[in-house]
Amino acid sequence: MNSPLTATIAVTGMNATDNPAPGVPVARALRLDPSFQGRIIGLGYDPLDPGFYATGLLDGGAILPLPSAGREALLHRMRELVAQFGITVFIPTLDSEIRAVASLRDELLALGVHTFVPTVDAIDRSSKPQLPKLGAEPGVNVPESEPLMSADGLGKLIKKFELPVVVKGVYYGAYVCYTEADALASFRYYEATWGLPVIVQRHLDGDEYNVCALGDGTGATVGAVAMRKLALTDKGKGWSGVTVSSPALLELAAAVIRALKWRGPLEVEIMAAKGEMTADSLHVIEINPRFPAWCYLTAAAGQNLPSACARLALGERIATPLPAYKTGQMFVRISLDQVADMSTFGQLSALGILPFATPSA
Amino acid sequence: MSNTERLRELAISDAGFVFDPLTGHTYNVNGTALAVLRSLKEGATPEAVIAALHEQFETEPEDDIARDVYELVGRLREHGLVK
Repeated sequence: MNSPLTATIAVTGMNATDNPAPGVPVARALRLDPSFQGRIIGLGYDPLDPGFYATGLLDGGAILPLPSAGREALLHRMRELVAQFGITVFIPTLDSEIRAVASLRDELLALGVHTFVPTVDAIDRSSKPQLPKLGAEPGVNVPESEPLMSADGLGKLIKKFELPVVVKGVYYGAYVCYTEADALASFRYYEATWGLPVIVQRHLDGDEYNVCALGDGTGATVGAVAMRKLALTDKGKGWSGVTVSSPALLELAAAVIRALKWRGPLEVEIMAAKGEMTADSLHVIEINPRFPAWCYLTAAAGQNLPSACARLALGERIATPLPAYKTGQMFVRISLDQVADMSTFGQLSALGILPFATPSA
Repeated sequence: MSNTERLRELAISDAGFVFDPLTGHTYNVNGTALAVLRSLKEGATPEAVIAALHEQFETEPEDDIARDVYELVGRLREHGLVK
């Protein structure tokens, strides 16, 4: 039995739509830890973020300034929220937040807020444009890819990689393109949506797997759970999945963590070429520098990575690696209507704060 | 047929639902395939399975049984479950 986790933990990403952010599953995983005696503050960007309305999930909530407002705006808001809620741990869950939080680590600690996030250097090295360099590290295979700053180079890359190719936005999104016209349209879309560069990657035919893992910052893996998606939404997001046992998948994720000396949570997206589960066939196609939206499954399968992340942020020593997880554990998302009082919406809309329901003891 | 290590890892339900924990793939098999798969998983050779089925279902021509068993083994090979 772990020591009681009594922290007040702020979790971002309360936007639980059909393209869900990871905040709700992180909060649910914390609640699943039998030692959890703390409080959870949900942070989002819209008063209608569904996580704010999930019964029994949060002790409080607040609206954050948009990431585009910059790190100073975030720090200013965190000062206010620390005063309001006494936040002691902060778990950012969106790609667009991780870099700012990583660069504010010392300032947040000065406020008494502990984080467990990667270094800015590790974030840079895990980014899509830098993936080819990561492929030079021992035990890490990546498909060939190149960042493009202009559509002029698209034809040359299509010749080199052969159709189909995968065109990716610098932050989000990937589209498998079967014609040159398709590739150009995707390039323009991602250029307009996320800016440059747009990444073109060689397409590998096979099965996709995902590993949610936690690195300790020295190169060691605290825990890792591998999953195969069973159903996707029309946006390509996993709607159900199942844990799998492949040691080769876990070893590849461990190699990434080792190479980057990764601190904190991450998701490694892996393609098993031709469906084969051997080290040579497995390729890292993307790294997400935060918990994935399916991370509740890690806790349900026996490795509560969000809880471990909070404890490591607080400097607790935990026995690693975490115990083996259960394979064949499924998740299936459901849509349901959450009934709420208008006062919740009113508080968040007018004041940007959902205060504690009951005063702290 | 060699290397049934992968077969031994399969989770097989009485309803004929098969889960491969290594890859996450799932399959549905009929009653006959279920019986054959269980025997192979326990280490029986395809020939031994054919003989056992022929003994059990005397009216079925042995050639038909053999064809079905080898077809199943071929499918298992396609999915990387036997070598």
